[in-house]
Amino acid sequence: MYRIVKKVALNPTVTLMDIEAPFVARKAKPGQFIILRVDEDGERIPLTVADFDREKGIVTIIFQIVGGTTERLNHKEEGEYIADFVGPLGKATNVEGKKKVAVVGGGVGCAIAYPVAKAFAENGTIVHSVIGFRTKDLVILEDEFKKASERLVMMTDDGSYGEKGVVTNALEMLIKEGNEYDEVVCIGPVIMMKFVCKLTKEYGIKTTVSMNPIMIDGTGMCGGCRLTVGGETKFACVDGPEFDGHLVDFDEAMKRGATYREFEAAEREKVCNLFKMEVE
Amino acid sequence: MPNMSLVKNPMPSQEPDVRNKNFSEVALGYSEEQAIDEAQRCLNCKMKPCVTGCPVQIDIPRFIGFVAAGEFEKAYEVITESSSLPAVCGRVCPQETQCESKCVRGKKGEPVAIGRLERFVADWHNQNSTAAVKVPEKNGHKVAVIGSGPSGLTCAGDLAKKGYDVTIFEALHLPGGVLVYGIPEFRLPKAIVQKEIDSLKALGVKVETNMVIGKVLSIDELMEEQGFEAVFIGSGAGLPRFMKIPGENLNGVFSANEFLTRVNLMKAYKDGAQTPIYHGKKIAVVGGGNVAMDAARCAKRLGADVTVVYRRTQNELPARHEEVEHAMEEGIVFKFLTNPTEIKGDDKGWVCGMTCQEMELSEPDESGRRKPVPKEGAIIDFECDGVIMSIGTSPNPLIKSTTEGLETQKWGGIVADENGQTSRAHVYAGGDAVTGAATVILAMGAGKTAAGAIDKDLMG
Repeated sequence: MYRIVKKVALNPTVTLMDIEAPFVARKAKPGQFIILRVDEDGERIPLTVADFDREKGIVTIIFQIVGGTTERLNHKEEGEYIADFVGPLGKATNVEGKKKVAVVGGGVGCAIAYPVAKAFAENGTIVHSVIGFRTKDLVILEDEFKKASERLVMMTDDGSYGEKGVVTNALEMLIKEGNEYDEVVCIGPVIMMKFVCKLTKEYGIKTTVSMNPIMIDGTGMCGGCRLTVGGETKFACVDGPEFDGHLVDFDEAMKRGATYREFEAAEREKVCNLFKMEVE
Repeated sequence: MPNMSLVKNPMPSQEPDVRNKNFSEVALGYSEEQAIDEAQRCLNCKMKPCVTGCPVQIDIPRFIGFVAAGEFEKAYEVITESSSLPAVCGRVCPQETQCESKCVRGKKGEPVAIGRLERFVADWHNQNSTAAVKVPEKNGHKVAVIGSGPSGLTCAGDLAKKGYDVTIFEALHLPGGVLVYGIPEFRLPKAIVQKEIDSLKALGVKVETNMVIGKVLSIDELMEEQGFEAVFIGSGAGLPRFMKIPGENLNGVFSANEFLTRVNLMKAYKDGAQTPIYHGKKIAVVGGGNVAMDAARCAKRLGADVTVVYRRTQNELPARHEEVEHAMEEGIVFKFLTNPTEIKGDDKGWVCGMTCQEMELSEPDESGRRKPVPKEGAIIDFECDGVIMSIGTSPNPLIKSTTEGLETQKWGGIVADENGQTSRAHVYAGGDAVTGAATVILAMGAGKTAAGAIDKDLMG
């Protein structure tokens, strides 16, 4: 059992939790992920590590409520326990040897992009960050990004905060200003990563994306997380989760991500109703 | 006077048309009367050829003698001198190619049903025995076992009985390895696996779940920081292979591992399960091994019409005869000499069919093997809305890639000698991680051998 040390609602559908998991905290690096189960009959879901504190033995996760499992997780409170917490899994971000990078985050993907930005900054790399949200109420981690970035561009789809538009607009502006990036790291919805990669390909800038497909075990055993990279099948759990964005088949990844969408929506509604009944 | 019946006592089983709609165990087990009657078929011959066919050398005639005399607990004690998982082996061992293949009675008629008797004895013990476990005196030496499948459980059990302080590290949230994620409930009820693990815990074995060795701790850290004097690697062969044909990443295509893990480990077949499972109407299972049979029979129980697609003929099927027979009885269709060349999808990315090449067997080559070769111009279109790939697995590279000096074969298997000793001092390995995908009992044999070698290594 793993204790929830802290719980903060970052916005109405995104929650941060600090989980006591000393062994995982000791080894975790930016870019890696964990797998958790909320309770004894629970589903296994992967979540990318948002932060860690090796001394306190704490791993931070940030999740969006999208299905039954995240809904159940969100109903757990500080001091309560979750059944399982495994990691760190996957390969870590390579932050070595870069002078200047752009980190692009979209929505809850910013939770994963932030530790990457921070790791680059701590390694002496100049970081420009572009973070995008649908609207002002959904903005997360703005202060954290500010600290890690020499420059931060905030984008909202509706213009309610920062600049109006999508992250590709801002990234292209930065490139056109003459910023020369050794690498762009882009983490967010698959569709956003697809378009960022399309843009950076035009400019010939190496781009790394972090994929978060459906998984069960996270150790290479099920093959559910497979995706096509450069014409070859890769397993996100052991070969990734980060890949060369210019080689990833995003259209296939989007289709695969929708495999259980109906089940997930129904599950979430079912769980919501259960909790409502408890309250009544 | 022995029972000279030429045939085994038949195994009471659920009717095919009933069991193909539920996940309860297919074979129901012998009654005491049936067990005694079957045991009396054993001639107790001097040569004991059956024992030579057993990878863990159970003293078969002796345990069968006790069954014939109705002394079931004594029979259990004989089996557990050699095997730590009798209830499991009685169910999943390929006895027909091991002990039973050597039985003298098999020369004229059917051999003694050794597997069924083993299962009876283990089940009888689990239901009736009140004997408390004798906890051995600790010898003060710590050993780590990586993986809680058949080889790891056996190695841990043998070492614990010798007094070692054993900790098993398991990557998943439940111990048991392939016994819980791979083999379905209807062949091996999970309560039985749990019971075996509970008895190991009663012996003092610690089980740490959620520990992916190679990630959270390396083998070097286990030995240098955590104080383990020896390590046994039994991490299995868990990586699924695919055919590398177009369309394999369509929605509705699964590895047998994924499909079985969802069904067995995550209990996705149950109403109200939190883990989703795809309910196809017409599912093709590609492959002909035991895992393919398990996947096909699970898909059938989830309501699909199931076809096993295999590139050779029925004679070459690598699955146990009994599994194939059960699958056929349950209404699973077999398409032999058929090899998929492409999986076709609809515009939303879901499987809608396969293109297959009809095959024929070549003339025998030097080794006498007849290879499947494409039959020219014979292309078949096959309609289906789900495909389960069951064409084998490879060893997991996580430990290899994080353990310096651990030699592996080109295909990923860990190099180990006949005692399980690897290229690293005090590090042993066994089971599928060494041999590639094989059987439960061979893995157990390897775990047992390694336990003996570790004992020699540490105690001199």
